[in-house]
Order: sequence, then C-alpha cells, then structure tokens
Amino acid sequence: MKINKLMAGLLASVTLVASAAQAAELSIVSGDTGTGLAFLQTQLDLFAEQTGHTVTIVPMPSSTSDQFGQYRLWLAAGNADIDVYTTDVIWAPQLADQFLDLSEAAADVIGAHFPSIIESQTVDGKLVAMPGYTDAPALYYRTDLLEKYGKEVPGTWAELKATAQEVMDGERAAGNPDMFGFVFQGNAYEGLTCNALEWVKSYGGGQVVEADGTISINNEQAVAALEEAASWIGTISPEGNLAYGEEESRGVWQLGNAVFMRNWPYAYALGNGSDSSIAGKFDVAPLPAGDGAEARSAATLGGWNYAVSKYSQDPDAAIELALFLSSPEVQKARAINQTQLPTIEALYDDAEIAEAAPIVPNWKEIFQNAVPRPSAPTKADYNQVSSLFWSAVHDTLSGNGSAAENLEVLELDLTDLKGSGW
Amino acid sequence: MATETLAAPVPAARPKAQSQLMQQRLRAARWFLLPMMAALAVVAGWPLLRSIYFSFTDASLNDLYGAEWVGFSNYLQIRTLESGRTIYRGLLVDPAWWNAVWNTVRFAVISVSAEAVLGMLVALVLNAEFKGRGIVRAAILIPWAIPTIVSARMWGWMLNDQFGIINDLGMKLGLLSQKVAWTASPETAMTAVLIVDIWKTTPFMALLILAGLQMIPRDIYEAAEIDGVHPIKQFFRITLPLVRPALMVAIIFRVLDALRIFDLIYVLTPNSAATKTMSVLARENLFDFDNFAYGSAQSTFLFVLIVLFTILYIWLGRVNFDGGDR
Repeated sequence: MKINKLMAGLLASVTLVASAAQAAELSIVSGDTGTGLAFLQTQLDLFAEQTGHTVTIVPMPSSTSDQFGQYRLWLAAGNADIDVYTTDVIWAPQLADQFLDLSEAAADVIGAHFPSIIESQTVDGKLVAMPGYTDAPALYYRTDLLEKYGKEVPGTWAELKATAQEVMDGERAAGNPDMFGFVFQGNAYEGLTCNALEWVKSYGGGQVVEADGTISINNEQAVAALEEAASWIGTISPEGNLAYGEEESRGVWQLGNAVFMRNWPYAYALGNGSDSSIAGKFDVAPLPAGDGAEARSAATLGGWNYAVSKYSQDPDAAIELALFLSSPEVQKARAINQTQLPTIEALYDDAEIAEAAPIVPNWKEIFQNAVPRPSAPTKADYNQVSSLFWSAVHDTLSGNGSAAENLEVLELDLTDLKGSGW
Repeated sequence: MATETLAAPVPAARPKAQSQLMQQRLRAARWFLLPMMAALAVVAGWPLLRSIYFSFTDASLNDLYGAEWVGFSNYLQIRTLESGRTIYRGLLVDPAWWNAVWNTVRFAVISVSAEAVLGMLVALVLNAEFKGRGIVRAAILIPWAIPTIVSARMWGWMLNDQFGIINDLGMKLGLLSQKVAWTASPETAMTAVLIVDIWKTTPFMALLILAGLQMIPRDIYEAAEIDGVHPIKQFFRITLPLVRPALMVAIIFRVLDALRIFDLIYVLTPNSAATKTMSVLARENLFDFDNFAYGSAQSTFLFVLIVLFTILYIWLGRVNFDGGDR
C-alpha cells in the first residue's frame, strides 16, 4: 500500500516537473551597483514575455570580493536554487568546473563578440560564460571647473595632481570646504587591484604577473607609480578614500565634491540622472599616463558575464536566459540606459546608441587599450595574488611602509605562493 | 558545552544511596536530554569533527571528497632547501595568522572590559527605583535587538568620512579639527570596530548583571545603611561580591562571543590588516583563496584557543553555572 502511494506521488511529481519544463522558473544572482538590478528586471520581464520562463533576481552586495565567496560556497555545495550566475571577467578560470559549457549553444553568436572577451571566458576549450557587457574605466572630469580655472584635461598623473590641487584649493577658498581633487577606489578589495594595476601599467611597470607567469611587480617603475599614488592621499584625495569602493567614490563625485574621479562607465548615466548635482557638467577621458619610457594610458579590463550552473535543474531554459542576456538587443538597451559597453563589435557603430549614449562609441578606444588582470596565468591562485597585491598597495597608500619595501615583500610572497608553478 | 563539563561531576559526587524516585528522575532526565544531544551532535559536533579532519588534509572547495591526508603540514612544515637552509612554513609560523590572533585578543580584552564596566553602570541605574523604569529597560535593549549586519552597515554610514553624521557633529561641535576617515585609516579602524561592538553589546551585559543585582536581598543594604556604611563602600563590599557569579557568567559569554567576532568586522572593515580577526582570516582562506584545508586548520586553532581559554577561565575564576560561589 505504502509503496504504491509513494510511487503515485513520485509519478505525480515527475509529471509536474515535465509540465514545468514548458515554463521554467529560473533564478539569477547579480550584484547591485546603481540602477543595475532595476534594468535587469526590465530585461527579465521581456524574457518572460518572449519565452514564458519567469526569472527571480537574487541580489548580492556590490563588492565583487563578497560575491565571489558566496558563489564559491553555493557552487561547492551543489546548490540547485541558482540557475544563472553573473560572473566577473576574472572568475572563469577559478569556477570553470562548476559551470556548463556554452560553446555549442552559442556557436552561432560567438563570432559577433570581441575575440579577446570570448577568450577570457574560455578555459581549456570550454566556454564558461556568455559576455553581458564589458567594462573599462575612464577619468571623469568636471568640464565646468576645468573651464573656470582654464585647465586642460590632464594627460599624465603629474598634470592631474597639479590641476586637482589648484582647482581644489580655489574651490575651498570660494566656500566649499568639502571639495576634493581626485577620488578613486582605494579600499582593500578587488577594486584597488584594478586601480593599482592601471597606475603600475601606466608607468610601464608591467602587470604584476605577466602572461607567461613571471612575477614582475618589484621594479622601479612600479615603485614610482605607487609613490605617486600614495602622495595623493591626504592632499588631493580624502583620507577616507582608503575605504572607498565604486559607490562611495561616486557618492562624493555626484555631490559635486570632486574634480576628477576614476570609475567604470556605469557612473556616466547615473551622473547625468535627474537627482545628480553635476548633470551635464562633466565628461570622460582616457586615464592619465605615467612617467618613463613605456608610459601609456592604461585601463583595467572589467566586465560581467552570464554563466549557467551545472547544478541547474532546468539547464536548457537557463542557457536560453544566458544567451538572451548577451544578445544584441539587451546589450543595446544596456548601452543606452546604463552606459555599459557592449561586447558585440557591431554595436559600436550603431546610430541609435551613438545618439543616446555618445560616450559608448568613444569608449571603444579605451576598451581596446585595456589591460587584463593576471587571472589567466595565476589560475586558481588569482584571488590570493590579487589580495596580496591590494594589501601591499593599501599599506603603501596608508603610509604603512614605503612602496619599495612593500613591493619587495610582495614579490617574495608571490614567489612563495607560486611555488613550482601557478 | 561548558555547562556539561561542569555539571557532570556534580551527580557523581553525591552519596550513592539514592531514593528510587531520584533514580527514576535521573533516568527520565537522560531521555529528555537525548534529543538535544542528538541535535547538537548533528549541527555542532559533526561539522566540528569534519573541520578538524579537513585541517589534516589538502582539501579544496572544488574537490572536498578527493582530499588526501597530509598530516600536520598545514600547521607546520619544516623543509630543508638544497642550499641546506631550513625554512618553516604553515599556520604556526604565518605572520598574517599571528596578526589576526593578536587583533582578536586585543579586541576581546578591550571590548569585554569596557562592556563590563559600562554594563555594570547601566545595570546599577536600572536597578534603582524610578518612574518609567520599565520603558527605559526596554529601550536600552534596542542596540542588542538590531541584527549585527544592520547595525554594522548603519555605523558604517555614520562613520563615513564625507557623509557621516559623526564627522558632521564632531566638526560642528568643534571636537574634530578635520573629518576623520574612521574605518579607512589603520589607526582608527580598530577604535571604530570597538565603538560599534561596545554600543551593541553593553545592553546584553547590563541585562545579565541586572538579573544578578536583583537577587541581592534588600535587607543587607538596610543593615549597612543603619551601620552608616558609605554607598561606595557598600558597592565594593556588598554589591560586587554578591553580583560576582552573574558577572563572571556574563563575561565568559561575551569573551566567547568576542573571540569569534566575524560579522561586524566583515561588514565594517573587511580587508584591513589592522582589524582582521581569526574568523575573518579563516573565512578568507576557506572560500576566497581556495585554501580550504588551511582555513580549516585556522578554524581548528581558533576552536582549541577558545576551549583552552574557557577551561582556564572557569578554573581560575571558579565560575559556578549553578549560581552562587562554589
């Protein structure tokens, strides 16, 4: 009797699952910055209309370091509740085992995306995630203030410092004691790794760990770069900058209390929003270059992707969602509403985008000069490499040891971590 | 756990001749304890043993079941290089770990001392008879009732260098000459964490002490007053000795809590070496760095440290969880 009932129950649940396959209920996790989740919701509503699948957003904190810990835990536990993960560009090598291979499903559309981005998401021939948008930071500057003081957009960090100091002093004397020259992401987290990599690279100091795995960080140019950055704290940048992430620096900037800001493209649309006190008073330029023979402007390559968990109970619908979110239609809406950069090359020539978000086409150049973080050569050790790097930089910025001392120790720590190979 | 180790010897010390009723009661008590012990074994015992086991393996989060036994090498390995030089590696010689241990101990000592003193003051006030005492007692519990994550976020904004109300008030009242980046600079980060923790847990301390204060019979004070004993002397000669058992229990609860402090620091100053505690560092290794075994070793070390401390405290302080001095 009991067994019969159990069988009946099992059968019933199987039929239920089978009918549910028509209209799946999916979950997607995503970090939240600015209005990102509200935008995602509008796209998911479209997806629901087109396919009948309903999608729930599971929001996460905006810090990518926080997200990663949680995702790793869920994936290690084989969590079936989350179908699609929004993944940072650097995570592919570390989480590749836990995601489905999308190369077959995406075979038709892969060619439209920038090859470098597809490559960054491919691990041992397996396409781990579909690119949603790419990211490369820029220097935000206040057009009104530069005009007022008759200054050019700085091309080097030294010029930035001089201009920032002068404008800041002038504005403070004119009655805004909260004015600062430059805000960036200085808290000890992944964001500082991005900022510091730009400084080091812009001075021709390498990329911490080179593509072939050699540890290059302990060099004179890197020391010069960090010394320059350390000289900003307490002068053109507030001391609190050492605790700022993206949103904190945008807060200072959007209140009109900074002349320059280093941030990702998302801050452009928000800065021109109706509640912004600097709407229409700012523009963007490539980040300044350093000093030295190989000095150049450098921007860290960011970007977010959609990966499908191998524990998803409805992998087909989940893959459909990942493909939808990386489709030209969604990327176009994203570029127009969120000023987030498409990963599809053709969209940079799109007339509608050029009209609604003129910075997007301009950004193509910044993006093409972008520097990848050393996540590919350091593989599973990347998080630790990044943590050691940002700790060394944070120590230097807060005056805890000189740049030369901290980089020397960093080199030693990285060598220990590398052991016989990454 | 501490309760059991203490309670166990007590029945054994009793005379053997027990009434039948007593034996029946004891048997019944064992049955009533069984579900709790089973639940504890599942949710606390098993994970603990697993962590200890993992600390002797090379486990990684991506491959937990393929872990291989590596003995003590997560704790200490002695390797001789080709040049003949001997180097030590592992948890016991890891400067980041000892920094975290020092941070944790410093945090525990300062926060619990401050909370004990402030909690005692608050409890003495609340123990006095005054109008609206009920409302004040309820109101003072609010910080304790707010989830730590929420209060940490709230304080994070209040301590913010640009928009924070603390800097704003400090500047307006002339207490600060310039805005202070409380959570950012290594000098003030620990202070910021301590302020929030003391704000949050003083009510808890006060409540436990208050319970102890209310056990003291009023007539002792009346007698002291008739003899003309000064109130301060009354406090040190009557109140403090009589409230000591409750105070000791409150302190041990708080110390155990403080030694494994995690949430507050994780939210307020997540990656600052000045405030990183043992739990924060262990989590980082467990989940962020793919060093599951090393993180397990750190967790195990933390556990051993807390056990040692608890035993030492109970032994030295002669704490009696049954109430009253032994």
